[in-house]
Amino acid sequence: MEWFFQQLINGLALGAIYALIALGYTMVYGVLRFINFAHSDVLMLGAFAAYFVTPAIWKIFPAQSITGALLITLVTALLCAGMGILIELLAYRPLRKRPKLTVLITAIGVSLFIEFTCQHKAVFGSKTRPFPQLLPMHDFHIGNLLVNSNDIVVLGVTVVLLVALWFIVQKTKIGTAMRAVSFNMQAASLMGINVNRIVSFTFGLGSALAGIAGILYSMKAPGIEPLMGIQPGLRAFIAAVLGGIGNLPGAALGGIVIGIVETYAGGIAGVSNYRDGIAFAMLIGILIFRPAGLLGKTTIEKV
Amino acid sequence: MTKMNLFSTTVCAVAAAVFLAGCGKSEPGAPGATTGGSSSGASGEVIKVGEFASLTGKEATFGQSSHEGTAMAIEEINAAGGLLGRKLELVTEDTQSKAGEPATVVNKLVSRDNVVAVLGEVASSRSLEAAPICQQSKIPMISPSSTNPKVTESGDFIFRVCFIDPFQGTVMANFASKTLNAKKVAVFTDVKSDYSKGLAKFFKEQFTKNGGTIAGELDYNGGDKDFKGQLTAIKSENPDAVFVPGYYTDVALICIQAKQLGLNVPFMGGDGWESEDLVKIGQGAVENHYFSTHYHPDVGSETSKKFVANYKKHYNGKTPDALAACGFDSAAVLADAIKRAGSTDGQKVRDALAATKDFDGVTGKITINEKRDATKSAVILQIKDGKYKYLTTVNP
Amino acid sequence: MMHSGAKRSLIIAIVAAVLLTPLLEWIAHTHSTKYFNTYYLGIGIDIAINVILAVSLNLINGHTGQFSLGHAGFMAVGGYTAAKLTLALQSHTLLWINPILFGGSLLLGGLMAALVGFAVGVPSLRLRGDYLAIVTLGFGEIIRVVFQTTEFFGAATGLPGIPNWTNFGWGWSLAAITVFVVACIVNSTYGRGFIAVHDDEVAASAMGINPVRYKVTAFVTGAFFAGIAGGLFAHHKRFLSPTSFDFMKSIDIVVMVILGGMGRTPGVIAAAVILTVMPEVLRGFAEYRMIIYSLLIIGLMMLRPQGLFAIGKRTVKT
Repeated sequence: MEWFFQQLINGLALGAIYALIALGYTMVYGVLRFINFAHSDVLMLGAFAAYFVTPAIWKIFPAQSITGALLITLVTALLCAGMGILIELLAYRPLRKRPKLTVLITAIGVSLFIEFTCQHKAVFGSKTRPFPQLLPMHDFHIGNLLVNSNDIVVLGVTVVLLVALWFIVQKTKIGTAMRAVSFNMQAASLMGINVNRIVSFTFGLGSALAGIAGILYSMKAPGIEPLMGIQPGLRAFIAAVLGGIGNLPGAALGGIVIGIVETYAGGIAGVSNYRDGIAFAMLIGILIFRPAGLLGKTTIEKV
Repeated sequence: MTKMNLFSTTVCAVAAAVFLAGCGKSEPGAPGATTGGSSSGASGEVIKVGEFASLTGKEATFGQSSHEGTAMAIEEINAAGGLLGRKLELVTEDTQSKAGEPATVVNKLVSRDNVVAVLGEVASSRSLEAAPICQQSKIPMISPSSTNPKVTESGDFIFRVCFIDPFQGTVMANFASKTLNAKKVAVFTDVKSDYSKGLAKFFKEQFTKNGGTIAGELDYNGGDKDFKGQLTAIKSENPDAVFVPGYYTDVALICIQAKQLGLNVPFMGGDGWESEDLVKIGQGAVENHYFSTHYHPDVGSETSKKFVANYKKHYNGKTPDALAACGFDSAAVLADAIKRAGSTDGQKVRDALAATKDFDGVTGKITINEKRDATKSAVILQIKDGKYKYLTTVNP
Repeated sequence: MMHSGAKRSLIIAIVAAVLLTPLLEWIAHTHSTKYFNTYYLGIGIDIAINVILAVSLNLINGHTGQFSLGHAGFMAVGGYTAAKLTLALQSHTLLWINPILFGGSLLLGGLMAALVGFAVGVPSLRLRGDYLAIVTLGFGEIIRVVFQTTEFFGAATGLPGIPNWTNFGWGWSLAAITVFVVACIVNSTYGRGFIAVHDDEVAASAMGINPVRYKVTAFVTGAFFAGIAGGLFAHHKRFLSPTSFDFMKSIDIVVMVILGGMGRTPGVIAAAVILTVMPEVLRGFAEYRMIIYSLLIIGLMMLRPQGLFAIGKRTVKT
């Protein structure tokens, strides 16, 4: 029983991060209908941004203070948002009217470009760097369970961001515009919505979430390197599809489900060696019964 | 439209710029470029030595370490006047940490660049891929740090300068049962790495032979960042110690998360642990853990001490890790063999390599045995106050 | 049915490839120079293998309009099957039997891959577009993970000691056969159905074409040739490791198909050649190599989105 709850905590903390990344995938898909392969690299850039920003901020605010951590997160989120907007502007916007596959291959190209450039020794190099501890760590004992303050931070931040995102998408003007663009880009632009601005905003928002996820992920595993985004990126991508791609609550749910299942599976001897395949197996199982994902709506093909 | 064309032109321009930058580059020791040698070689031809390493991709950091050691050895040999009156030239090719590449690049080194010998790789699986090509072309190949026994079984031209998995696994198993008095040990391996799997296998064999039990065998995938699922399972088995034969990048994170979960038993590992980054990333979490490796500068010979000092000077104060030391030794052993053979002929160099005895390497006295593996001792270290403390030396 | 002209070109291609092989190998081994050597010969075989992969994937992704990201998985199935067979049965005394064994194991590898392709295809082809892409990617990864954990197939260490049987002749003959078979399928009356499914599934089914059957046929045929390519790859590199078949390999093949122009076989062949040779040419640039490679992919997609070579008759609607 203790084992069960401990794994639940581990799984939730992992799943929350997947959920944050999956939101970015799903938002971009909702608006532009293509999978932004470079999203996982924005996560990595976020981790590195925080790595380089931290010493500067710690000069002003005391190290490991909450204000410091918040400020680091804010700066990172802004930098990543800028990065996401830039990627869209340079690489995807010129191809907006082209077949989606063209954009997909470009996205793969962008992803490879970011990874190999960052691996170059003049940029970050391929060495793993120690990520600074942004907040002091505490262990909380609940009965026999051990909860680390990091896990609570990760879960708390995810919940706050999810609520904020829901608010932006559902209650604000720009969110309404986002939904309109996602529904029908052409009709939206006829209604006077500046589609380019909305797309930029979507990329910025998604990338900011990826950047924050990058920080949370690095707090959990404080070793950062240029390829660190690939593995969580792939899982989050699966999570987005699992939940029904284009569907925001679906992405969050998918992330949590994958995090939990993966953690339980990882804890069973003889199953843990299949861990790379487990998320996929689950995805395939679910898609066969619900072809549009857990919360996705099946669209009826119009003739 | 014009905007698009402008951008694509920029992309092409950047590509061209990078292209040219690549051309204009002649920094010594740069991977891919050739190291040492001189275009105006006074005594005619240089001796070309091939090297293949994972300079980019998932295992870039290991390949680069090994390459730095090798490149430094070649430079030192050249500074000392070269071999047989000729300079050495290191031709390095990148394997991108991908299977399928070693066969291509080693073929290139052997048939196009006409190298006299090949050095590489870190990963046993990639060495295994290259070995038949060297064997068929009768070009000696020396692997710096592939510890899987199968590598040198590929043929009589394939050598290595490191110890093999069975030796290191046995050393740690004996250490666990005799020194740590552990009865129950959990094993946590990297399922993607043949090195990790191999070491775990021989550890388990010896440890059960010593009367211990294996409590929980779990796996991770190299490059994973979350290990809590597995570590929680390990903790519920209440082991006396945990054996993690992995690389330092993963091990540091494993130790951190183990500590967060309250799994406070000794962790043990192999030479994959040795890097200053283990302590830099793992910080307090790796304290008091144990691992076996090739040498320790404090108890090593003059050669080891000189190597560490020169390496630091050469690479901006960086402390060499085990892979760099093995990379250095692979080149040094080859140079010694060429000198003794008095020729660069493949067969003669091979025979000289096979006769290597008590070579004074950075990682200890190297003797090549009849299986073309290096027979040398291992040391066991403990991490204390962020430093590696020497515990004991185990002779084969 | 195909014109006899196409059949004749196929036979000429096979005969030429087989006859050229001893000559090329003799030159590479005895007159090895900077300009021609076994390294270049090896790249020639790499190209043939990639042509098979790209042309077979083109049947699925290009002609039929499905989006598979799992081609490397089928390649792995074929490769491991063929390698295991030759390792178990190869003869050191009766040497004449080995080419027959090689052909047989390639075929069996292809059939195994086709079988797996069928098992994967039937459930997943109900899905569309991106969902299909991710499911095939998932199957590809699961196949890799299975090989990685199965001791029988060498697990993480890999499978060493595979005989060196793939040569120029085998590679290019099979590449020619692949091109021929795919062309035959697509250009037959039956094959018009693939294009119909690609262009408009609903309209196609209204015309009495069963889209699922066509999709499964394309998938199984594509998987079969990927399996053959895997067998050739195994006996060319002489070593198999699960890392050869990760999803980046699938993506490499997809890039070839898209760069060549979906559904245009000549373009796809040209792209396979270029994308195999390019990284080799860039080798001299060492650590800049992959940066340049990725920039070129981006640049090409910007400049020639319809594919590098807009030749061949298909215009693609997406």
